[in-house]
Amino acid sequence: MKQSKLFILLSALLVAALLLAACPAPAAPAEPAPEAVSQEAAAAEEVIEIEYWQYNFAARVEAMDQLIQMFEEENPNIKVIHNADIPYAEFRDKIAASVPAGVGPDVATLFYGWQSAWIDAGYLTPLPEDAFPPSMVEEQFSPMVQASFVDGTLYTLPTAVRTLALFYNKDLMEAAGLDPNSPPSSLGALRDQAVHCTQRDDDDNLVVEGFVVDPSAQDHHWFREVLVRQFGGVPYSDDYGEVLYNDEAGLQAWNYLLSFHTELATGDRDLFDGSTNAFVGGHVCFHVDGSFRLGTIANNNPDMNFGVIELPEHNGVKSTFGSYWTHGLTKKAAEDPARFDAAVKFLQFITSAEAGALWVEIVGELPAQLEAGSDPELLADEKLGAFAAGLEYAYATFFADESQQRQALIDAFDLVILTDEDPATALEIAAETDQEILDEFRTSR
Amino acid sequence: MRLTLRQRQIIWAYVFMSVALVFFVVIRWYPTILAFNVSFRDWNVFEGSGPWVGMENYQEIWEDAGKPRSSVTAAFSNTVRYVLFGVPSQLVLALGIALLLAQIRRLAAFFRVAYFAPYVTSAVAVAFVWNWLYQPETGLLNQALDLVGLPQQPFTKSPTQALPSITAVAVWQNLGFAVIIFLAGIQQIPSIYYEAARIDGANSWHIFWRITLPLLNPIIVYLTVLGTISYLRLFALVQNMSPQGTGGPLKSTTTVVLEVYREGFSSYKMGYAGALTVLLFLLILLITIVQLRFLSRRVEY
Repeated sequence: MKQSKLFILLSALLVAALLLAACPAPAAPAEPAPEAVSQEAAAAEEVIEIEYWQYNFAARVEAMDQLIQMFEEENPNIKVIHNADIPYAEFRDKIAASVPAGVGPDVATLFYGWQSAWIDAGYLTPLPEDAFPPSMVEEQFSPMVQASFVDGTLYTLPTAVRTLALFYNKDLMEAAGLDPNSPPSSLGALRDQAVHCTQRDDDDNLVVEGFVVDPSAQDHHWFREVLVRQFGGVPYSDDYGEVLYNDEAGLQAWNYLLSFHTELATGDRDLFDGSTNAFVGGHVCFHVDGSFRLGTIANNNPDMNFGVIELPEHNGVKSTFGSYWTHGLTKKAAEDPARFDAAVKFLQFITSAEAGALWVEIVGELPAQLEAGSDPELLADEKLGAFAAGLEYAYATFFADESQQRQALIDAFDLVILTDEDPATALEIAAETDQEILDEFRTSR
Repeated sequence: MRLTLRQRQIIWAYVFMSVALVFFVVIRWYPTILAFNVSFRDWNVFEGSGPWVGMENYQEIWEDAGKPRSSVTAAFSNTVRYVLFGVPSQLVLALGIALLLAQIRRLAAFFRVAYFAPYVTSAVAVAFVWNWLYQPETGLLNQALDLVGLPQQPFTKSPTQALPSITAVAVWQNLGFAVIIFLAGIQQIPSIYYEAARIDGANSWHIFWRITLPLLNPIIVYLTVLGTISYLRLFALVQNMSPQGTGGPLKSTTTVVLEVYREGFSSYKMGYAGALTVLLFLLILLITIVQLRFLSRRVEY
């Protein structure tokens, strides 16, 4: 008797535990909560709340706070909740985790290279054509923003874009006997000046690095969209469905890139905590990087005496790589028409030329709208001018999977540097891997 | 019906335990069972569900494993190498240190704390410190090599040295735990065995091989099983010590768990990641059963 009572008590507890355990299961995100329906009815007079997410980066948070304030003043019936507490490294994980939990943003900021994966996953909703006509995007935005069209459909739009340019350390150039007022403007000059600028101590250890190639930083972009084109090739077919950089021109570009590490030995990517930190720390003469690095330098080494010029040209070809953080509407926003309208309005506002002008002031990224980007004052800016000049000839690579496609080039570089693989074979392997990733993306759609 | 004091105590014990049970069911078992389910689906993390595809994810893993320079093959073979390098060195070193610690009385507590400290330190912090020690040119280890006139080593930057370098850090980190367990085991051995052996004229060597080691067998089994499982699940050190956390250079340090993470949270292929998880689970299960079957034997005197 006593035994059975104990048994009943324990069973009840176990059932309770299992019920608790089962709870998360039915909370499927697709099911609209009952209160959402009533909210919709009352939406006309009530304030609509939408949620906006971006990763934590102080300047971006401040700029967006200001934009939201301006937007809310114009639209008193819309309230934007700004979530920027997520560290960069966790941003994608948090977004991914938010969906099954049924929460998350209506408008989210993502790297343009992630678009494919997010669209594939059904997370992004196409931007409505009446609010964002394709012709408007074509006319008003920097050409690189075309990468936001996936198979002809526009999914995202940016406030600002970035391009690559060449940073140079004036003090190191001067110390090496180079003229800091004539930094390298061609690939040949970059090669010569990098060699000249490199300094070693008595034990043959590098003290000053002329130029460091690190494909895991920006140099994989520099190779694909800049060097390959300058040596007479194209990195991919026009629709970015076919890899084309594994031809003769590509190989020349590849050998140029490798030469800094192999025959010229102007730098070592493992020294001083990587090429970027090495430049910011004042150990490197020349460095290919994006406009976003200006902020890093201002924060970490404000006294460094450096300049920025457009990327060196070759064979009369100028090119640069453009990339951008872009804003998309999520499927959560699409679930509720009132919220979707509010999200569209918000997206229109933060992608306006006005927003771009505010953004460049605070964040230092270039306005995505050409009107603001071609501002003479901006072009004349000592540091930002070189990046702004690149806006008209910048290419943004369409990525099926940015991290894997980058890894393909890093691995090819490592094959040559670490295992003495033949450069041509290594490049061929990279092209094969890259092509596989592109094919998989096409067939999965 | 009146319950006796004893019965009430038992009921309360179960009540308190059920709290922990809820935790295990919700946080551990439910996701584990879900992982099996996910592995049979074309599961998309953003949609939170996906169509049932049967063995397709497993088939894809099998096909990927057959490709040249496959990440999956590298992950499984590296994981096995971490176990083969890590577990034996950890056991031998820990036993040696425990035997020495058992001899001393002075500062014994200090040494125990010193050996145990790395175990309770976050793997990320450990990884960062060791990254600095392993740095080329400026790192402490390379400076030491310079000092004694030996050539500098690339350590984690080289495809051949990276895996042993990371294994060494894992051993260093886990050593303290094994030492403490060995120490407890050594102190459990009744001193009459040693006294009897000494009277019979056995030397230290004999005593170690004939008494200490056999009587430590249960401890060795326990540490082997736990150690193997921990090396099979290696993640944080590799994530933080390989270039960009990708398990490089050239996939030389990647592990199964790292691939699970990359496939799941970077490429959003949850079904594929789930299938890898299930394979790892089966591998751990198999190895553990084999170890328990062949290593456990009762030693009686």
